[in-house]
Amino acid sequence: MNLADYQRAAEEWLRRNVPAGERADGDPIAQAKDFMARLYDAGYSGITWPARWGGQGLTQQEERAFAAAARDFTLPIYPFSIGLGMTGPTLVDRGTDAQRERFVRPLLRGEEIWCQLFSEPGAGSDVASLQTRAERDGDDWVVNGQKVWTSVAQHADWGLLLARTNVDVPKHKGLTMFVVDMHHPGVTVRPLKDMSGRSNFNEIFFDDVHIPDEHRVGEVDDGWSVAVTTLLHERLSISAGVGMGGGKDNPASLEALRRTVDTSDPLVRDELVELHIRSRALALFNRRLAQETEAGLFPGARGSAAKLLLAELTLFQSDLATRLAGPESVVDGHPLGATLATAPGLALGGGTNEIMRNIVGDRVLNLPPEPRMDKTVPFKDLKVGTQA
Amino acid sequence: MKLVPSQEQRELRAAVRDFLAAASPTAKARQGYDPEVYARLNGELGLSGLIVPEEYGGAGAGFAELAVALEETGAVLLPGPFLATAFAAVALTRVPDKELLSGIADGRVAATLALDGADLTAADGRVSGTLPRVLSGMEADVLLVSADSALHAVDLAGEGVTRTPLDTLDLTRGQARIELDGAPARTLGDVPAGVSQDIADRLAVALAAEQLGVMRAALDAIVAYAKIRVAFGRYIGSYQGVKHKLADMHCKLEQAESIVRYASWAADEAPDEVPGAAALAQAYVGRACFEVARDHLLLYGGIGYTWEHDAHLYFKRAKTDEVLLGPPRIHRARLADLLEL
Repeated sequence: MNLADYQRAAEEWLRRNVPAGERADGDPIAQAKDFMARLYDAGYSGITWPARWGGQGLTQQEERAFAAAARDFTLPIYPFSIGLGMTGPTLVDRGTDAQRERFVRPLLRGEEIWCQLFSEPGAGSDVASLQTRAERDGDDWVVNGQKVWTSVAQHADWGLLLARTNVDVPKHKGLTMFVVDMHHPGVTVRPLKDMSGRSNFNEIFFDDVHIPDEHRVGEVDDGWSVAVTTLLHERLSISAGVGMGGGKDNPASLEALRRTVDTSDPLVRDELVELHIRSRALALFNRRLAQETEAGLFPGARGSAAKLLLAELTLFQSDLATRLAGPESVVDGHPLGATLATAPGLALGGGTNEIMRNIVGDRVLNLPPEPRMDKTVPFKDLKVGTQA
Repeated sequence: MKLVPSQEQRELRAAVRDFLAAASPTAKARQGYDPEVYARLNGELGLSGLIVPEEYGGAGAGFAELAVALEETGAVLLPGPFLATAFAAVALTRVPDKELLSGIADGRVAATLALDGADLTAADGRVSGTLPRVLSGMEADVLLVSADSALHAVDLAGEGVTRTPLDTLDLTRGQARIELDGAPARTLGDVPAGVSQDIADRLAVALAAEQLGVMRAALDAIVAYAKIRVAFGRYIGSYQGVKHKLADMHCKLEQAESIVRYASWAADEAPDEVPGAAALAQAYVGRACFEVARDHLLLYGGIGYTWEHDAHLYFKRAKTDEVLLGPPRIHRARLADLLEL
């Protein structure tokens, strides 16, 4: 089947199968699981993933054709976004065959939900300074500590957990990656209310949580290299918009704003032109990165420039929209006020703007690194977290 | 839409870059126009005939190729009438003239285009009026002017032409005041308003390609310096105050390149998209180029403020380019119109 046919068939399938609204029973998780199962049966789940583990074994071309077909649909797959975008690809890349066999297919079929457990209250940008401990206990590991900013954890069956297994070596060298059972009695999930008033994230507490050694991913104390794999997939999935809704409902878009603000005012017109210029510049940059990837030129760390620009555009756009709309935008749950309140999220999650600038400087421009001592000092002697 | 250069376009870039690195490095830019370099650029590389159709002896290439060449000439701040001749060639691809196109293609004729000819009058094969600022007006052999909805060619060495070099901010490329007093002119053809606008749009795209080269070279230069200059015991590029600024400049470069690729693709393949792409190119790339040139100069510290350093050459070319086609607000106003705001 050629790509155009593939895309047409996918579009046709989506038209028939994407639910129009919420299910009558109002259970979005059940709806998502049901949809994922049908997506899998139709051959659209894990399009580029290896066939041996339940994927379709196709190429980026089919993946993009499907994304193009899905552009105007909102797929109810949000609970699976972490699994599909980050933890699943990590297991495919770095897991044992037994782990791939056990975990990948149930993820692709929508039977099991995954979350990612890296960030801690004291370790955000500097996630390698995390303090959650995993200690050997016979064939098991015992985990104690706290994680934060965990999406979909309240629904998750499994989590990909980065924990400290050695405090006598520098911080990057004493971490190990595990798959943790989120239903273990020592796991406590608490919703975390963010500045937008929503609870899309959770805090997770681990109290003597046992993990069998066969659920270790990668070598002991080599968890950082596994985490780097996950974070790479995270950045890619953010820039590709996996599992996120499209921008078509954004009340701060140019199309939405032009209907509600006075465009006869030349100052307003120029502000909207600025929004158009910035949006178009970034859209073309993203398109160019995609074409480079297609041509076999891997853009690497330049994707961080795109993520930084998207975060800045999001902040600019929601700020502009509220200035144009005026006082009504900040009362009675106005959509623009709500958009403004979520805008900082993108500039913080998946690497802050400052971290993105470091990455562009260090890995794209190859500038000299900042001198640092945390790479050589044993973790137990290192200052971490927040200290007065 | 094609945003990644082809293998052939990459080879063209490498050839132009290698030639200019040897024949006209930035260090030579302030010495001004070197006709010998210009002749070799056109003779050995055939650059002046790049977009001239093959039937007139040119290479028949497209805007995507022209953009690649202009990026490289921009990067070394090439003095002389290359951009001006490219502008003229753009107009002549819309209003073809065998003599001029073949002259440009084989490098015999350097031409320029009057960007603002509002006060000109044309009658009985003669043109009169004053053009206050003509790009490369001293170096060009032929001037193209629009008057009475037609395109005319004036021999700049002929009678009725008075040329006065201007003292330009840009030390690397000149402009001239040209007074035409019944100068003999050959009428090349009618220029309906739509064609006139299309030519203006294509000039905007060509200029953006040069600007992309200017900003890339400025960024490359300051990044290289940030890796060798030490302050307080560290390379300055290791400080976040410098590194983050450079990262932001890189982001501008990425977006500018994406826009230039898009706009030159549109000029070749998607005429309907040219007006929006051209206005976007000048509105974004023109500004980004000056900002990057400005910040690159500032990051040098005091040395960047000296006459002997090249930083101000980029700064001044960037500003001159930004306002070359008119005050930049016109591109933003055009976008507003095209968006029907």
